[in-house]
Amino acid sequence: MSEVVEAGHATHDDHHDHGPDKGLARWLFTTNHKDIGTLYLWFSFTMFLIGGVLALVIRAELFQPGLQFVNPEFFNQMTTNHGLIMVFGAIMPAFVGLANWLVPMMVGAPDMALPRMNNLSFWILPFAFAMLISTLFMEAGGPNFGWTFYAPLSTTYAPETVTYFIFGVHLMGASSIMGSINIIATILNMRAPGMTLMKMPLFVWTWLITAYLLLAVMPVLAGAVTMMLFDIHFGTSFFNAAGGGDPVMFQHIFWFFGHPEVYIMILPAFGVVSQIIPTFSRKPLFGYDSMVYATASIAFLSFIVWAHHMFTVGMPLAGQLFFMYATMLIAVPTGVKVFNWVSTMWQGAMTFETPMLFAIAFVILFTIGGFSGLMLAITPADYQYHDTYFVVAHFHYVLVPGALFSIIAAVYYWLPKWCGRMYDESLGKLHFWLSFIGVNVTFFPQHFSGLAGMPRRIPDYALQFADFNMLSSIGAFIFGFSQVFFLYVVIKAIRSGKPATDRVWEGAHGLEWTLPSPAPYHSFTHPPKITDAEAHS
Amino acid sequence: MPKVNIRRLTPVARLCVGFVLALVAVGAGADELNMTRGVTEISRSIFDLHMYIFWICVVIGIIVFGAMFWSLIHHRKSAGVTPAKFHESTKLEIAWTLVPTLILIAIAWPATQVLVAMYDTGGEDMTVEVRGYQWKWQYKYLDEDYNSTFYFFSNLATPQEEIRGQAEKGEFYLLDVDEPLRIPTNRKVRFLITAEDVIHAWWVPEFGIKRDAVPGILNDLWTIVPEPGIYRGQCTELCGKDHGFMPIVVHAMPEDEYDAWYAERLAAEEERKRALSKTFTEEELMAEGEAVYATYCASCHMPNGMGVPPVFPALDGSPIATGPREAHLDVIVNGVYGTAMQAFGEQLDAAQIAAVTHYERHAWGNDADDVTQPKDVIEFMSSQQ
Amino acid sequence: MSSQTDQSVYYVPHNGWYPVWVAFGAFMLLAGLGTWLNAVKADEDPSAWMMYVGGATLAVVLFFWFAKVIEENHQGLANEQLKRSYVWGMGWFIFSEVMFFAAFFGALFYARNFAVAWLGGEGAKGITGDYLWPEFSSEWPVMANPDNSLFQGPAESMASPGIGSWLSYLPFWNTVILLTSSVTVHFAHTSLKNDSRGGLIGWLALTVLLGIVFLILQGWEYLHAYDELGLTLSSGIYGSTFFILTGFHGFHVTLGTFMLIIALLRAIKGHFSHHDCFGFEATSWYWHFVDVVWVCLFFFVYIF
Ligand code: HEA
Ligand code: HEA
Ligand code: HEC
Ligand code: CUA
Ligand SMILES: [Cu+2]
Repeated sequence: MSEVVEAGHATHDDHHDHGPDKGLARWLFTTNHKDIGTLYLWFSFTMFLIGGVLALVIRAELFQPGLQFVNPEFFNQMTTNHGLIMVFGAIMPAFVGLANWLVPMMVGAPDMALPRMNNLSFWILPFAFAMLISTLFMEAGGPNFGWTFYAPLSTTYAPETVTYFIFGVHLMGASSIMGSINIIATILNMRAPGMTLMKMPLFVWTWLITAYLLLAVMPVLAGAVTMMLFDIHFGTSFFNAAGGGDPVMFQHIFWFFGHPEVYIMILPAFGVVSQIIPTFSRKPLFGYDSMVYATASIAFLSFIVWAHHMFTVGMPLAGQLFFMYATMLIAVPTGVKVFNWVSTMWQGAMTFETPMLFAIAFVILFTIGGFSGLMLAITPADYQYHDTYFVVAHFHYVLVPGALFSIIAAVYYWLPKWCGRMYDESLGKLHFWLSFIGVNVTFFPQHFSGLAGMPRRIPDYALQFADFNMLSSIGAFIFGFSQVFFLYVVIKAIRSGKPATDRVWEGAHGLEWTLPSPAPYHSFTHPPKITDAEAHS
Repeated sequence: MPKVNIRRLTPVARLCVGFVLALVAVGAGADELNMTRGVTEISRSIFDLHMYIFWICVVIGIIVFGAMFWSLIHHRKSAGVTPAKFHESTKLEIAWTLVPTLILIAIAWPATQVLVAMYDTGGEDMTVEVRGYQWKWQYKYLDEDYNSTFYFFSNLATPQEEIRGQAEKGEFYLLDVDEPLRIPTNRKVRFLITAEDVIHAWWVPEFGIKRDAVPGILNDLWTIVPEPGIYRGQCTELCGKDHGFMPIVVHAMPEDEYDAWYAERLAAEEERKRALSKTFTEEELMAEGEAVYATYCASCHMPNGMGVPPVFPALDGSPIATGPREAHLDVIVNGVYGTAMQAFGEQLDAAQIAAVTHYERHAWGNDADDVTQPKDVIEFMSSQQ
Repeated sequence: MSSQTDQSVYYVPHNGWYPVWVAFGAFMLLAGLGTWLNAVKADEDPSAWMMYVGGATLAVVLFFWFAKVIEENHQGLANEQLKRSYVWGMGWFIFSEVMFFAAFFGALFYARNFAVAWLGGEGAKGITGDYLWPEFSSEWPVMANPDNSLFQGPAESMASPGIGSWLSYLPFWNTVILLTSSVTVHFAHTSLKNDSRGGLIGWLALTVLLGIVFLILQGWEYLHAYDELGLTLSSGIYGSTFFILTGFHGFHVTLGTFMLIIALLRAIKGHFSHHDCFGFEATSWYWHFVDVVWVCLFFFVYIF
């Protein structure tokens, strides 16, 4: 075998490794996991700003009762595209970007398992979102049926641009499926000798499980939009009772995808936080094994709870009870995670650099979001919460100070490794405090407006909700501003930060810290030796 | 044990303590911050359930965050500690799997009871069909055999000027309708909920009931309202452009008052049916037509008839509204399938259709040289069968 | 040397232009298809150039991409690790395909067991049928829809006539054909393992033939459904589920047949050896998968 390889080696120079190409070609044609990771991260941040601007349109309109800036038709397009862009454009690609950067470094590999496909997974995304976002500028207007696109609002009654929306979703699905296959192959196949499964860093574990979730549910989403396409263009009646179908069937299929989808957005976040907390507590992660099992249990349970989004749809009693009990159960493995993080901090020797601040805020605010999730799971109570701002508050707590904070924490934590330069710690802390205050001022009052009865997805509201909405809008602008500030902090670090050491953080463990900072273009050109000190964190 | 000095708390800690205190304040039940207790037995048991879970979460939160802040404060590196080395404890881990499970069972039990009680349909004293339309509710009073006795639409009553900020907003801004649903107190009222076009959801917070109105599918719900009063809610499923503008108002009346109202409404219905054979003057048609147009058509085609192109066509100068009347009536009576243009033949009576058709053909810049009477509409409709 | 990746353990290809062009091709294809569909729906003059450009780009680029991968394999650049990654990749890709079909099977089960029953006045939500659709009665296949003026039910269904008449029942023969083809492709594999190139080519050719026959028969069945049975995409939920399941299956058979043809051509060129035949194996897994889906279809769409 090895002779063959040598032969190939000698005759084909272009397969030798060297540094990156120059110019645009580097980014268009790259097969390098770091370049692709970088592309994903910048793409995601761009989408975050676009999605954020749409959110600011929403918040500006809701600053006061009455119609001020936009008409209801456009408002619905804002809500829909905000949700879609944030979920599929900002959060998911950010995690894939982190996986690209980190998984090969963490398992001791030079790159991802299937580098060309990796490039394809990324480049599909800009096209998919170009397709989606361009609809906003078309005459008929963009998607306006909510990010959950319930039929028949999204079929019979949709603007004609729904066709592009459908194909955009197909493209995103293809991207996610290929990305997951790549991550699975990398993790199962490219680990350095001695890196057994139960020695893998938790970020790798959570991503492995997330990749399986993606593989299982993205095709179902593709199936759902395909049926929509057929209902719209080919006369089928999947979601039309007149032809023996059922609009509610759409919701079942959608949420079979949709619920696992929300865990797709949180499991890698759990992974990130499980890397960061031990480092700054200077203590090994508490309960590594139970963390792995808890992640797996959450993933398993996520497949049997979907109808908790549909408690008001009129399911038979047995169904309601089943989905309520199953949903409540998720609190148990999630609780295990929270308790483990707290126990990791317990009797540690903690310092509070920016990544740690974001991680701590994650634990607190995600848990609060989890609590409101549990309240939503109680079916009779959900009759009062459903489709009100209480739900909006719930999911922003798990998504913004949850998923998004973990991504920000990850960027601060690994940025020195990526570009060899430190960010400015006081600017980082300032960013944290602005974000922390902003996010709570934005979303905490939404619990109250929701409980007081304000429905979601409305451009105008009754007078009793005015105060909370005003507060929420102010918070949104603070929070939005602080993310532009984040951009500044990151760019400043990349351009003129102080050089970083290889280990960067005093308490850091893991293979990535054994590499120089910045990490070499091909992370591990030879499999590293795994010592116990580098395993598990 | 070192004392906790509030000034020594890190800013994180201080903020979070404040946060927990705020939470507790809510729990203590500042009314306008909380879910409504409502007036029915069901809504009150939901409220109790809500508070029960809430307090459980608060207690868990205090324990978990308490432990965390304790270590944030005492196990800081700057306090000169050396980190411990432990990283697992099977006993602890089993404990914190089991205890939450038990807590969950303690929540699930009462939740199940409330839910079962809500599913106790049947034995109703009367039935109302609730049908969601883009963007209004239709209430149909049914007799014992589920036949319609009469129905009406309940439209948003808030004037456009208030919405557009050209007039002072009234007390029930966006929560007022032209005709509320009326039900008697202390009787078990059953609602059959469905929709005409897209999914809506019918919610009255103070009754503790919310149910999706799904086109082609029927859901049922019930309530017994013990106290007379006017109760307000909103559509809670995204249903298109005016989803935020289709409120629900229920007027719960003492039983005898309700019975009197019902008898009167039924008689008026008979009267209206008789009026269909009447011939109106052009002035009467224009006046009635303008009223019908304002309630039923203006939300899409706009009060000035300009519509919201390209989705909602302008009627001012539209070839249909100025061309042959047959085609015009066809659109109004049968709607345009697959668009938001509904079949108004099922919603309006012949007199109203005649009036609105006449109005559209003569309002704004339109100037057709015909007069549309109820009998023309009746003729058109029977020619279709 | 230390900055170079150890090629006996890892294979890291150099930059390539294919992926980004594939993304572009896919975008053009779908954007073009969308534009075309919308134009057809709005009764406008459809223009299809974008679709063609996209499709052509995809075809050309994928051809070069695969050719490159095959060439690299011949040069011995694909090491054990990469081959294992291919195996994992194909395996999990097939899993995702299974989930795609699961969505349609799920729709079929839901429609049959819940939606149609409720609309027909049976089961937990039977009140729907009693009150809203008094005329409609629950049966499967659904021959008369709740609203026949919008969705005209079929005159006849494709349901199995009972085991006695299977010999004149087309789907039965289709089942036989596909099952046989799974066996023939397996024989092709054993021939390959035994280094019998003639056997490989023969069995593969037979498999391709069976695939094509299946597709022809399926097309014939569709014609029959449209022309004689009045069973169309728009004949209600029965037609909808029938055509989406058999249609996407047929589409996958088409892809599989295409892959088999490529494998056949490569076998003729002598590309495969018994220890290096991933291209062939991936194709055969795919073919078995398509076959298993058909068996499920035969049971749930035609028989039950
Ligand atoms: C990252 C995303 C994310 C995450 C992690 C979650 C987590 C959870 N969600 Fe959430 N959810 C969303 C995103 C997410 N959700 C979104 C986007 C929507 C709205 C979609 C839409 O309609 O647009 C939604 C909506 C939603 C609903 C539907 C509401 C409605 O529309 O009426 C429900 C109902 O059950 C629910 C429940 C839960 C539960 C029980 C959890 C649990 O996983 C939470 C578990 C965590 C804890 C409970 C805290 C920690 C645990 C302990 C400290 C242990 C001890 C605790 C106890 C014993 C109580 N969610
Ligand atoms: C996945 C993650 C995610 C994230 C991160 C966010 C972030 C935010 N969301 Fe999110 N939101 C959703 C997911 C998310 N949301 C989903 C799924 C829905 C449901 C959609 C539906 O109902 O269908 C929703 C719905 C939703 C609503 C309800 C709308 C309605 O029901 O009508 C509101 C209202 O306040 C809201 C607000 C916000 C705000 C203020 C932020 C802030 O965090 C945003 C921060 C702002 C910025 C980041 C902007 C920064 C930029 C600038 C200041 C300008 C600079 C500009 C350039 C350089 C170009 N969101
Ligand atoms: C929910 C929105 C909505 C409401 C309410 C509504 N319409 Fe329409 N109307 C439409 C739409 C959308 C069309 C365009 C249908 C099409 O695509 O052909 C339309 C078309 C029409 C047309 C044909 C105009 C043309 O030039 O094509 C007439 C006439 C009309 N409506 C009259 C009415 C009348 C009368 C009422 C009230 C009784 C009414 N509409 C209420 C949405 C509405
Ligand atoms: Cu009707 Cu929302
Ligand atoms: Cu969920």
